[in-house]
Amino acid sequence: MPVQNFEKIFQEKIDNEIKIEPKDWMPDAYRKTNIRQISQHAHSEIVGMLPEGNWISRAPSLKRKAILLAKVQDEAGHGLYLYSACETLGISREETINDLHSGKAKYSSIFNYPTLTWADIGAIGWLVDGAAIMNQVMLTRTSYGPYARAMVRICKEESFHQRQGFESLLVLSKGTKEQREMCQDAINRWWWPALMMFGPKDSESTNSDQGMKWKIKRKSNDELRQNFIDMITEQVKVLGMTLPDDKLKWNEERKHYDFGEINWDEFWNVVKGNGPCNKQRLQARKDAWDKGTWVREAAAAHAEKRKSKSNQQAA
Amino acid sequence: MSNYIKKFYYGDIPEEKGGGNIVSAQTKNDWPLWEVFIRSKQGLDHKHVGSLHAADAPMAIENARDVYTRRMEGVSIWVVESKYISASNPEEAGELYEPAVDKIYRHPTFYNLPDEVNHM
Repeated sequence: MPVQNFEKIFQEKIDNEIKIEPKDWMPDAYRKTNIRQISQHAHSEIVGMLPEGNWISRAPSLKRKAILLAKVQDEAGHGLYLYSACETLGISREETINDLHSGKAKYSSIFNYPTLTWADIGAIGWLVDGAAIMNQVMLTRTSYGPYARAMVRICKEESFHQRQGFESLLVLSKGTKEQREMCQDAINRWWWPALMMFGPKDSESTNSDQGMKWKIKRKSNDELRQNFIDMITEQVKVLGMTLPDDKLKWNEERKHYDFGEINWDEFWNVVKGNGPCNKQRLQARKDAWDKGTWVREAAAAHAEKRKSKSNQQAA
Repeated sequence: MSNYIKKFYYGDIPEEKGGGNIVSAQTKNDWPLWEVFIRSKQGLDHKHVGSLHAADAPMAIENARDVYTRRMEGVSIWVVESKYISASNPEEAGELYEPAVDKIYRHPTFYNLPDEVNHM
């Protein structure tokens, strides 16, 4: 069968909402794009543990500490679901992780910002996880089966992340003057980076949108960003706080909120590695990998020894 | 295939060699891959939930506990090394499954019975 036929069958499946599974034929570019996207998504979950992990030992109460521990453990789990989905496309786990450490593979730039106060943990849950959820809910319907299944699992767990973040800020917003200021300050610092998580404006891209045609992605960056802004602008009122954008205004005609210009220079700078914490985050990941070498080797040696023992007994 | 995705999405930052290279050779240090099956409650089948790496079976079960049952999703775990799973080939789907398509008489709805025996 000529390649064109394979591609035609493949596209027909996509058009008919039939999921693509690991052993199905797929165009090389589809495979590569999924590997890149799923692995970057996985790296984001793992690197995303770092800014929050920073506050586990300093959480203001045992309850908040337990919640934060559970959340960070969830992120590790999400990373694993995604790494596993990625492996079904034929790339080894080690290779994926090497790509992160060498800087070849990226992760979401949001995690290159520092967590300066406790309120940042609440703001991350509400805004950063909130923005991620907009993407993730859409991705539960992505065309690659293992990715979609991982996203279903992740979305089920992610809703707790956003709710605990909002609730944590709600407590601060009803607290002392200092607590309210801390809450507002965290919102001010995380708002714009959270909007950047959706990626560049749709108008920036002149290329034909293969990702949509393949149904890897089903909504555009601007569409998701607008949904997010509309949602958060309502929610922030409950907190009695404000968003740091004086152009934010309801547009009756569009039935959406208008908003100010995002600082794209900052965005590209952080993507290129010049954000406040890029080096620190990557170093932490590399250190964790290097310091864990002896554990991986010891476990492998132990398994080998146990196997040879049971072989001897069987003989 | 000339249409490569250049569009930039959340979690997908295109770049030359942006982590999309396929290298499948398993290195020596990689722990083997295990498939995980969970019984969600007594009386139900074990269902495939995903996979993970572990040095041996006990570790695979412990890791599966941590990753796949954090919210009481299971009461029993099976793990099997992925290399021991044989799978049918999607390209043979026709030969394998089509013979069943025209045998509608295997379904109870094929038979029209009088109303009196409707609950048979």
